[in-house]
Amino acid sequence: MTRAIEQQLETDRMILNFGPHHPATHGTLRIIMELEGETVVKATPEIGYLHSGFEKLGEDLDFNQYITITDRMNYLSPLCNNVAYALSAEKLMDLEVSKRTEYIRVLMCELSRIADHLLNVGMLAVDLGAMTAFLYGFRVREDIYDLFEIATGTRLTTSYTLVGGLMRDIPEGFDKAVQKVLEEVEDVANDIETLLNKNRIWHDRTKNIGIISKEDAITYGISGPMARASGIDWDIRVNESYSIYEDFDFDVAIALNGDVFDRYLVRMEEIRQSIKICRQSLDRMPTGNVIIDPDFGFSLPPKDEVYNSIEGLIYHFEVTMPNRGMTPPIGEAYVPTESPNGELGYYIVSDGNRTPYRVRTRPPSLMNYSIFSKLIEGHMLSDAPAILGSINVIAGELDR
Amino acid sequence: MLIEQTLAQIEEKFPNSILENTEFAGEQILHVKGQHILKVLTSLKANGFNFLADLTAIDNLTLGGYERFAVSYHLLCHKTADRLTVKAYVSDKKPSLPSVESLWKTADWQEREVFDLFGIKFKGHPNLVRIMNPDDYDGHPLRKDYPRLGRKERYDFPIVDRGINKQKRTE
Amino acid sequence: MPFGTACCGIEFMAVLAARTDISRFGAEAIRFSPRQSDLLIVAGRISIKMMPVLIRIYEQMPEPKWVISMGACASTGGVFDTYSVIQGIDNFIPVDVYVPGCPPRPEGVVESLMKIQNLIDKEKLSDYTLSSSK
Repeated sequence: MTRAIEQQLETDRMILNFGPHHPATHGTLRIIMELEGETVVKATPEIGYLHSGFEKLGEDLDFNQYITITDRMNYLSPLCNNVAYALSAEKLMDLEVSKRTEYIRVLMCELSRIADHLLNVGMLAVDLGAMTAFLYGFRVREDIYDLFEIATGTRLTTSYTLVGGLMRDIPEGFDKAVQKVLEEVEDVANDIETLLNKNRIWHDRTKNIGIISKEDAITYGISGPMARASGIDWDIRVNESYSIYEDFDFDVAIALNGDVFDRYLVRMEEIRQSIKICRQSLDRMPTGNVIIDPDFGFSLPPKDEVYNSIEGLIYHFEVTMPNRGMTPPIGEAYVPTESPNGELGYYIVSDGNRTPYRVRTRPPSLMNYSIFSKLIEGHMLSDAPAILGSINVIAGELDR
Repeated sequence: MLIEQTLAQIEEKFPNSILENTEFAGEQILHVKGQHILKVLTSLKANGFNFLADLTAIDNLTLGGYERFAVSYHLLCHKTADRLTVKAYVSDKKPSLPSVESLWKTADWQEREVFDLFGIKFKGHPNLVRIMNPDDYDGHPLRKDYPRLGRKERYDFPIVDRGINKQKRTE
Repeated sequence: MPFGTACCGIEFMAVLAARTDISRFGAEAIRFSPRQSDLLIVAGRISIKMMPVLIRIYEQMPEPKWVISMGACASTGGVFDTYSVIQGIDNFIPVDVYVPGCPPRPEGVVESLMKIQNLIDKEKLSDYTLSSSK
């Protein structure tokens, strides 16, 4: 009797719109899914809902003014974007910054990496129902925001670096504050791992979901923790060392399966390695200036010289006024850096004027997200938030 | 080592595709004619450059160069950590290039973005539609002759008023 | 109902989290469905592709409804004076409270919520009736 009913019950595919405004999509993403029952047969992502014309703006803004725009791309770790842009611009103009600047840049990048990974793990947990990891992570993120506020002035959109150095030096007592926050981060990381690592529900929902093979990862241009979770041994801080990362001693976390659980483990281990790098940076911080000599005509002099001496004012005007400004050489530069999401770099083309001719961001989120439609086929609808959370899509970087 | 060997090989194999071979700030740039880019990239991929890091375009309207549009491909070799930039030049009369999506799947979305923002078509691409701007958008924003403030598309929406008989509140 | 698109969305999440806790002000229940909410918080820049979505969500909310425009980008377009960013949602949607900042501090968002609560206190029932029935 039941078999006769089953044969008469024909089902059609349902088209579901996982819309641009949805609690589980991190930002403005839209996925059009065809479902057969609960299983996803085909998924088409649509992006561009946050396209703001960053690259068009870059052609009208100065080299130093564009740094304020780079904060708004990957807004979970804005200092990494600032450092990446400054490195590209310095390579283009062939400037060498002081050692103290490099150490502070590394310290800030690693603190942002900790903040980004904590938020990503927290959002992945919230989407799967585990709210506690989100609240723990955010509490310690507020302490990291306090550190950013002491050093740069604001919590989120920092604009800390300049072409040739930093905007201002870190104040006295900053290293003690950082040491205290690093201990709290270690406690929170231990707590989150205790809650989630051996949790039966977490294993059921994240193991063997969204497996990326090594060949797929290379073809789809995936980099960062997602690629390392699939077994690719590539970390730009180690293999193509930039800034001053050669002087630091840390390990690279690699996992072999490539599923959501492995990406979570790789990110938690990277938090611990970042704590190690921060401590080394504080121990070895040299003294010195944080901005190169303004005689070269590329950097802004310190503010007390601008207000109190005539040379400082003249150098300031030479760099910022509309009919003067920097004179970079004609050419192009690209420096790949390791952001929390993957390979981030700014490709700057200059034609000799005070504004760049073309500024292009290599967005790690765009490359990482393009594999999503392949990953979700065959999985159930409730695996979609898990996979999206582990990819760490940030809409600001995706759409620019 | 890999880069010099590879460049020498490529120049031997495709003498009439390569326009020039320059260097700036320690990086090598290979300038190629637009229609031959698929052959050159296939040969480079076979030589060890297995990762396509970035695909973008530059509008050379005021900069000058061989043609108006230059599509640049940034390649990386994982084994030797070498990077190479390849630029393919396309003129602006019906600009079109062969698609490299068959070599690297990451080129799929990036070529769509170049089509959307510059108007360069890619032959052999499976799904060449706009990706960043709305589907009915007119024009290619990142060209140098397109104004930054746009052509009034951002004012083109209906105005929604408040509910019944509610006036605008003041404190 | 938070309509968070960009960086202001992250600051809004910080408003909900432990240090600045908006549930102290009676606003703990965050609902993502427009049919069940009465306050829309637009946090972040709105592009031309996203604007029809915002208008549709605003129209789906039942009366009475209020709108907070959080951040510089939602209020006036912010730093992005380009072809693709709406220069202020109040060109198309009625807005009640604007919160300046890029991004605004969480305390600023809490103050805006308190301003909405004050505005609601001063309302009369005759604001919502048709004029012919007076």
